[in-house]
Amino acid sequence: MRQAALRGGAIVSVRAMKIAVCVKQVPDATVTKRIDAGTKRLDRSGEGALNPVDANAVEEGLRLKDATGDGEVVVLSLGPEKALDSLRKALAMGADRAVLVSDEGAAGSDLVATSLVLAKAVEREGADLVLFGQQASDSDGAVLWAAVAERLRRPMISQVAELKLEGGSVTGKRQTEFGYDVIRAPLPAVIAVADSINEPRYPSLKGIMGAKKKPQDVVSLADLGVDAGAAGTEGSRTEVLALSDPPPRGETRKIEDDGSGAEKIVEFLVEKRLL
Amino acid sequence: MKILVFVEHHEGELQKSSLGILSKAAALGAGDVAAVVLGSGVESFAGRAGAFGASTVHVADDPKLEAPLPQPRVDALAQLVEQEGFDTVLFAQSILSADIAAALAARLDAGLNWQLLDVVADGDTLVGKQSALGDSVLVDVGWTSTPRLALFRAGVADPVESGGDAAVQKLEVTFQEHSLAAEMVEQAHEESSGPSIEDADVIVAGGRGLGAPEGFALVEELAKALGGAVAATRAVVDAGWYPYAAQVGQTGKNVSPTLYVACGISGAIQHKVGMQSSKTIIAINKDPNAPIFEYADLGVVGDLHQIVPKLTELVRARKA
Ligand SMILES: Cc1cc2nc3c(=O)[nH]c(=O)nc-3n(C[C@H](O)[C@H](O)[C@H](O)COP(=O)(O)OP(=O)(O)OC[C@H]3O[C@@H](n4cnc5c(N)ncnc54)[C@H](O)[C@@H]3O)c2cc1C
Ligand SMILES: Nc1ncnc2c1ncn2[C@@H]1O[C@H](COP(=O)(O)O)[C@@H](O)[C@H]1O
Repeated sequence: MRQAALRGGAIVSVRAMKIAVCVKQVPDATVTKRIDAGTKRLDRSGEGALNPVDANAVEEGLRLKDATGDGEVVVLSLGPEKALDSLRKALAMGADRAVLVSDEGAAGSDLVATSLVLAKAVEREGADLVLFGQQASDSDGAVLWAAVAERLRRPMISQVAELKLEGGSVTGKRQTEFGYDVIRAPLPAVIAVADSINEPRYPSLKGIMGAKKKPQDVVSLADLGVDAGAAGTEGSRTEVLALSDPPPRGETRKIEDDGSGAEKIVEFLVEKRLL
Repeated sequence: MKILVFVEHHEGELQKSSLGILSKAAALGAGDVAAVVLGSGVESFAGRAGAFGASTVHVADDPKLEAPLPQPRVDALAQLVEQEGFDTVLFAQSILSADIAAALAARLDAGLNWQLLDVVADGDTLVGKQSALGDSVLVDVGWTSTPRLALFRAGVADPVESGGDAAVQKLEVTFQEHSLAAEMVEQAHEESSGPSIEDADVIVAGGRGLGAPEGFALVEELAKALGGAVAATRAVVDAGWYPYAAQVGQTGKNVSPTLYVACGISGAIQHKVGMQSSKTIIAINKDPNAPIFEYADLGVVGDLHQIVPKLTELVRARKA
């Protein structure tokens, strides 16, 4: 045990621990996301990126590790093999290892199937703390942690905007519809962070170079002891039936500010009789 | 169909968004609709769910359910689904409900569909209408087994009073160890301080793009010039830059002013649901790919630190 400073100087005592961070590769923000009409799955052929808010979870894991002096931060992901490119960003930030579960049999996994696979991956790592990001930008679910926590039979705190680690427990402050809650849970626990919890560090050049050499395991469902029928389409309990266009929205106008942005806004306000 | 609707409550009031889903379920006419109310000291008001379409209200009244934590509620719902044979469980999106629904899905190996705007029943099948990928596509979603779990976007259905009190049926819950491991140290409380934004005709809102709490001075100046109120995103409220009372979105206020000016706001779906009914939306953001540009009437790609002060000057000059 030793004393360490966390967030805003709050002094807490902590011990070395193993932290797993669940992260996802999502279509890069520059790619127009679409569902393939044939496969009825998200088109993942374009450029991928680390889900932006998952960087907050990685950052929090790194801070906790720094506070404990030693310990390990492992990023875990379920996705296609090319997701490794995105996991490398987490390694460049400072995570120690990456484990990617990649298996044809896991493609098309929904919440129940994904949570089963990730829970097995967490169990294999024996992590004390499992961190999640706020939401995947391609699912807008903001739910996966709860299913994983249930499978692991561990306590969970979601939407955490401030996290404190004290001895054998974690305390999270989070916003609800009614204000703020402070919730405490004994370790091992599952925490989903909010994007406000920290400012993720930028990977340094050294970090980027070093990331390539860090361990990156690609494992199959069989490696995790997951039955073929428990993941992928077969293990899923939801399906996409049909796609259609959303109701048309009003006209949108987008302009680049070339120095006259403010004037353009005023013209628009006048045109709309708002000024 | 045997449908169960999870009805949330706060300070003795059943929540409007849950009652809206209850009314929607009753209006489906697809079978029996029951409600479930979980908490401590809830028996006195749980029966009111009957007025909104529940034939039975299942109530678990237990001190272990006092704090609004998800995991003990999973035990209650799993038990109820198994005992009563519900094939469908519906939730209105909230911080609490989302966690319960997902954990229940894992417990029961059941399908969960979220971000639903609507649901239609055809005989024994149910089809959800999901808004996906930043509202760029409408997806018909289904379930391949029962029970079917669904999370509706907050506010998609209004409560409709159609009946009287329902029969209240008590439930004794057996809790699992891990479900009781987390504890509420400090209960959420409404912060009444701060400005009221719900009635404002003009709102200027700030997000993390302001860079620092001091950035709100820019937003306040523009709001003053336009004669409007100031609002904020969760990201900056969480960070302590601005009071919770001014937050717009899923866990904040719903606003529909004549003019909404978003400065340094990405426009995440949970922010959008609180302000999309604004008559005119203007967005200033330096990232051309920010989702807010998908629904802003006028989007300006640029640095708000350049644009906002100038805009304030111009507005002042015009009004002078
Ligand atoms: C269950 C749940 C409930 C939620 N409830 C709410 C809610 O009620 N309200 C809410 O708002 N959010 C809510 N959120 C969070 C939401 O998903 C987003 O994370 C949040 O809205 C982002 O806030 P932001 O736009 O301020 O920050 P960011 O997403 O970080 O966006 C900041 C933006 O500023 C831009 N920017 C940066 N610098 C500049 C500059 N100099 N000039 C111009 N632009 C700049 C960036 O390009 C970026 O687009 C919720 C999330 C969940 C999971
Ligand atoms: N395929 C995946 N592999 C690993 N982690 C994931 C995966 N999908 C989602 N996550 C994590 O779960 C969080 C919530 O995802 P979602 O519930 O899909 O919005 C994300 O921010 C990630 O931390």
